[in-house]
Amino acid sequence: MSDTFFSGAPHWTWFIILYFFVGGIAGGACFLAAVLDWFGGPEDRPVVRTGYNVAAVGAILSGALLTIDLGQPLRFWHMLFQSANFPAIMFKGWSPISFGAWAILVFGFFSVLSALGGMAEEGRLQNPALRAVGGAVRGGSGLAKVVGGVAGLLGVFIAGYTGVLLSVTNRPIWADSPWLGALFVASGASTGAAALILLGLRRGASEQSLARVSAFDTKALVVELLVLAIFIGSLGSVNRVWLSFWGLVLLVGVVWLGILAPLRLHLQRRPVASAAKLVLLGGFLLRLATIFASEGVDRYRVAAGM
Amino acid sequence: MAEAMGFFTDTTVCIGCKACEVACKEWNQLPAENGGIRELSGDSYDNTRRLDGIHWRHVRFIEQFKGPYDGRWLMMSDVCKHCVQAGCLEVCPTGAIIRTEFDTVVIQSDVCNGCRACIAACPFGVIDINPVSGTAQKCTLCYDRLKVGLEPACSKACPTDSIQFGTITELRTRAEKRADQLKAQGVKAALYGADSDGPLGGLNSFYLLVDEPEVYGLPRKPQLPTRNLAKSAGFSVLSAGVLGVLALVGLRKRRMDQVGGSGGSN
Repeated sequence: MSDTFFSGAPHWTWFIILYFFVGGIAGGACFLAAVLDWFGGPEDRPVVRTGYNVAAVGAILSGALLTIDLGQPLRFWHMLFQSANFPAIMFKGWSPISFGAWAILVFGFFSVLSALGGMAEEGRLQNPALRAVGGAVRGGSGLAKVVGGVAGLLGVFIAGYTGVLLSVTNRPIWADSPWLGALFVASGASTGAAALILLGLRRGASEQSLARVSAFDTKALVVELLVLAIFIGSLGSVNRVWLSFWGLVLLVGVVWLGILAPLRLHLQRRPVASAAKLVLLGGFLLRLATIFASEGVDRYRVAAGM
Repeated sequence: MAEAMGFFTDTTVCIGCKACEVACKEWNQLPAENGGIRELSGDSYDNTRRLDGIHWRHVRFIEQFKGPYDGRWLMMSDVCKHCVQAGCLEVCPTGAIIRTEFDTVVIQSDVCNGCRACIAACPFGVIDINPVSGTAQKCTLCYDRLKVGLEPACSKACPTDSIQFGTITELRTRAEKRADQLKAQGVKAALYGADSDGPLGGLNSFYLLVDEPEVYGLPRKPQLPTRNLAKSAGFSVLSAGVLGVLALVGLRKRRMDQVGGSGGSN
């Protein structure tokens, strides 16, 4: 029996699942937007701007979800500053939660800047102060690319660190494999691409541009499927935890509906929106199943062999 | 720094009276569960069942019965292990968990914001949220009593000296002597967590057991949560690298196709 079966469940439930999902989308979309910003063409600009907007909204939403999940929400700043020694910084490089709190803050800053730059590019900023900030990082400029590039790199971190965070515990499944971070990176990339496809369609993205995002989504799904297989393989005997409702969710919801079905749709060159919706569903169910399968392990019954 | 202090729990003399649980609750003013109306476990005489934010001591009843005339009760007063290398302290993002001058591990309730990272990090399932404070809580090894030279409430109340309090050096000597005595009598006795070269650098609350650790709900080889950090981060970077290359290669291929296509039409 894995030693992880003797630990206690941290009650990370709906807010955290939503945060992992939203953070993954925001990070993946921002990464893809940054790649297209740097290496894409003028026809990709609507997708780039959409990506930065998704990142900015996602970062703000992530911070809000994490804060309301705390037992003492008004003490959220204790993760950033030493409460007894303000304004001394609180930072532990070896603690993913500590690292992540700072990363969300910095990611939020850069993604909001990039989103403002995109709005300035479209001439949508009315407020003088925002127009000044947005103008300084107007989409397409050199500085905007640097800011977007930093946001994109931080986006990959946001998408993946949540999986690393789960691995750096002593809980069943999460701590029994070092592959969760890699899996969440791949899932963040696929869900981020899916969000860009769905929103890009409404925001006047070119067919060419959407085809690029869709082609990337196909590759991200293949990577996700491979990493998921490695992850399951690495769990060994702990896989018995999946002999539950959550195993069914993983198999049917994630593997079949969330990966194989959209892959098939992509390969058949069917309308990209249906595949994107399935990818988003699969991304959510992946977090749901991973969290609840471990949360549901009752240490005492397991310890007593019941 | 004062000398390292801790508990040695000799499970062979525990009678399951729960005086330690009561003393702990009383001294630390811990609230009752469910307004004092306890739900019975229904499958054990152990109705506390677990350590959590409002149960910092728990007398574990292990009922080993194969038939009406063949069985035994094992009893163990469980508590925070005050690990020399503590997983909770390692991951706490607010700095609320500290190591005291007595080499014990204490959560500062006014600093904790209830993120619950420590709960998942503890290999023993010791910590949980206290619903009254909204913060993570566990045994403090009566830090307030130690500061004024008093013994922790639980060991003070223990009528059989199953829970012994003292300096770690002295407790280890005493524990080894007791284990040898039991072994000489043919009892399968073993110390858990008494070895400073063992897992987590040794436990400042260690035990004498007469069955396998798992039977008492203790992991055989508890580990620090950060054991996975480097590998997990490395694989994440690898995954990100592969996706980055795929994105760039795809983009380049499409652009080349576009250039080729426009060149052909000219």
